[in-house]
Amino acid sequence: MAELTINNIKVNAEDGMTILDAAKSAGIAIPTLCHIKNLFPTGACRICSVEVEGQRGLIPSCAYPVYEGMVVETNSSRVRRARKTIVELLVENHPQDCLICVRNKNCELQDLSAQYGVREHRYSGEAKDHAIDISSPSMERDPAKCILCGRCVRICNEVQQVGAIDFTKRGFQSIVTTPYNKGLNISDCILCGQCILVCPTAALRERSQTKDVANALGDKKKFVVAQIAPAVRASLGEEFNMPLGTDVTGQLVTGLKRLGFKRVFDTNFAADLTIMEETTELINRITTNKTLPMFTSCCPGWVKYIEHNRPELLDHVSTCKSPHEMEGAILKTYYAKKIGVDPKDIFVVSIMPCTVKKFESSRAELSEEHMPDVDAVLTTRELVRYFNMAGIDFCDLPETEFDSPLGESTGAAIIFGTSGGVMEAAIRTAYNTLTGNELDTLEFEQIRGFEGVKELTVNINGSDFNFAVVNGIGNIAKVLDDVEQGTSKYHFIEVMACPGGCINGGGQPIHQKPEKVIKRIKALYEIDSKMIFRKSHENESVKTLYKEFFIEPNSHKAHEILHTHYHSRKK
Amino acid sequence: MHKQIFEKYPPKDKSNLIALLQGVQEIYGYLPEGALQEVADFVALPLSRVYGVATFYNQFRLTPLGENVIRVCRGTACHVCNSANILFSLETNLGIKAGQTTRDKRFTLETVACIGACSIAPVITVNDEYYGKITVKEIPNIIKKINLAKPVADKQKAGVK
Repeated sequence: MAELTINNIKVNAEDGMTILDAAKSAGIAIPTLCHIKNLFPTGACRICSVEVEGQRGLIPSCAYPVYEGMVVETNSSRVRRARKTIVELLVENHPQDCLICVRNKNCELQDLSAQYGVREHRYSGEAKDHAIDISSPSMERDPAKCILCGRCVRICNEVQQVGAIDFTKRGFQSIVTTPYNKGLNISDCILCGQCILVCPTAALRERSQTKDVANALGDKKKFVVAQIAPAVRASLGEEFNMPLGTDVTGQLVTGLKRLGFKRVFDTNFAADLTIMEETTELINRITTNKTLPMFTSCCPGWVKYIEHNRPELLDHVSTCKSPHEMEGAILKTYYAKKIGVDPKDIFVVSIMPCTVKKFESSRAELSEEHMPDVDAVLTTRELVRYFNMAGIDFCDLPETEFDSPLGESTGAAIIFGTSGGVMEAAIRTAYNTLTGNELDTLEFEQIRGFEGVKELTVNINGSDFNFAVVNGIGNIAKVLDDVEQGTSKYHFIEVMACPGGCINGGGQPIHQKPEKVIKRIKALYEIDSKMIFRKSHENESVKTLYKEFFIEPNSHKAHEILHTHYHSRKK
Repeated sequence: MHKQIFEKYPPKDKSNLIALLQGVQEIYGYLPEGALQEVADFVALPLSRVYGVATFYNQFRLTPLGENVIRVCRGTACHVCNSANILFSLETNLGIKAGQTTRDKRFTLETVACIGACSIAPVITVNDEYYGKITVKEIPNIIKKINLAKPVADKQKAGVK
């Protein structure tokens, strides 16, 4: 322990703690830009500079450990002047188009500029000028707005370990970009959007499709249908100042109806269907000694990762389409026939917590005769903007139920939104398929939570089945190595590219607080625990769908409509 | 052609990255894209990181050099003696920016920090020849002289790379 003085307040700090953390523990705020909690400090931006007695220059508090008797001043006029100069220099090398910027009112540079009272242009010089990268259907990269804090580079390299972008060139020419500045779509980027979540400005953002959706809604001939992913309902309320982890399912359905959607369905229906198809596939693979372990295929970021990096292992990936693609496929086949609408006139909009889903919906593997299963994908953030644009007062909306029959779901489907959820749902149903009995306890604490690789062994009918959950694509390399060498002990492995699962997806509201994610996850598990039906095979509408259309899981027709194959993207 | 460079180093050791890049550049005169990817795979780093290193250091080139290399000194003494305008004149006459190579691969234009010939500032070098106390007026003649001295190679005339 070390006792130090910060702004004349006595603070007790643990040894090895940084000044920044010690100040935070005492309720003293120090601004940061390049800092990411739990990652090694780089001290690049210097906005966290403080004065330390006995030191000549200012000290970056994020990278400096405390010691006994240290005297720190975080808010002296010298510190404030230094910080203001940093902000002024950043602002002058920035487009300053806040009025038309997508991150207006949610921008760290804008906040700092306001906080330090930047009121004039003191440094008028050459400002950097870079083209916007719009090569990807999921994301846009606008290097002119980049302040080179490096948070995206660190998330991409150290957390996700994808390494699609990095600092290139130097000095005034410095730019965060892909190899040869070629555009995200032809790089190894998996488009997970974790970089968007940490970007302080709008240098990284989603590729908006609100215009496509608005055009479709304005087209009288189109039958526009929405489907909502499980993770969206637990996070969207945040943007309307509701308490963290508020379940806004009912308001969402009403809101979407008011925007003009003819039907609002639940992606959870297709999640239940995915479990039926995926567990059947798994059991088939086990009983017929086919390629094992099997990986889940719900996460398009993970699918893109394996296509780029380990295409030789693609046989291990389940052939199931992801839930929202399944829902789209059923809407344009089974449902279109049922309501007598030409599938070409049905326009499916997925509301997703994810940026990769935009890319996924444009894949040729996921369309039938030039008719995509899903026509447009809106992220949670885009939907919030759309609600605001339409003048909808979200908090005051009454609650409405999902439309039938593609709106029914069980508790197993709602937990798809968090890491470990798909696996938990699969085990609940696999146990029933193999034994004919139901599980006593439905919750598996071992595969919940934030650990990188979570393991679980379940004894079914006398034999042990090994399951694993990979939480965040950065933890996948070792697992894939084992599979490649044939030493993997697992039967079934769930992979989610984003740490925490879809609930922390690249399309979710932007925040810099990890505790928000925990509250969102809690909300999903709570919805599950309150459901009467908590196993996918108990979903009545899914049962009807099999009876009327697919006959049984993995039937020929199911394979045609609900399954697909992916291909190598290795260069 | 560059495979033998890899034999000198252990794989998956990123500390050899710069030495490897130097080895590749020694063979080709620049860093070809394919070779950069191979180096990245060899040291087990993402291509973006290797590209970042290659663009950070001035010694690495990502495009082949032209037949003639013109270097403009942008050191303090030359700057005071109008080297910015010399550079501008070269850029307009050749139709390229500093750091680029003309489409016909005849000229590469580069800037250098100081070539240690301040007494005859402003200075440019063409290949290994020094031109001191140069004025903007002389630039077109210098380019013309090089063109006459070293006629375009026959294969380039025919449009073969």
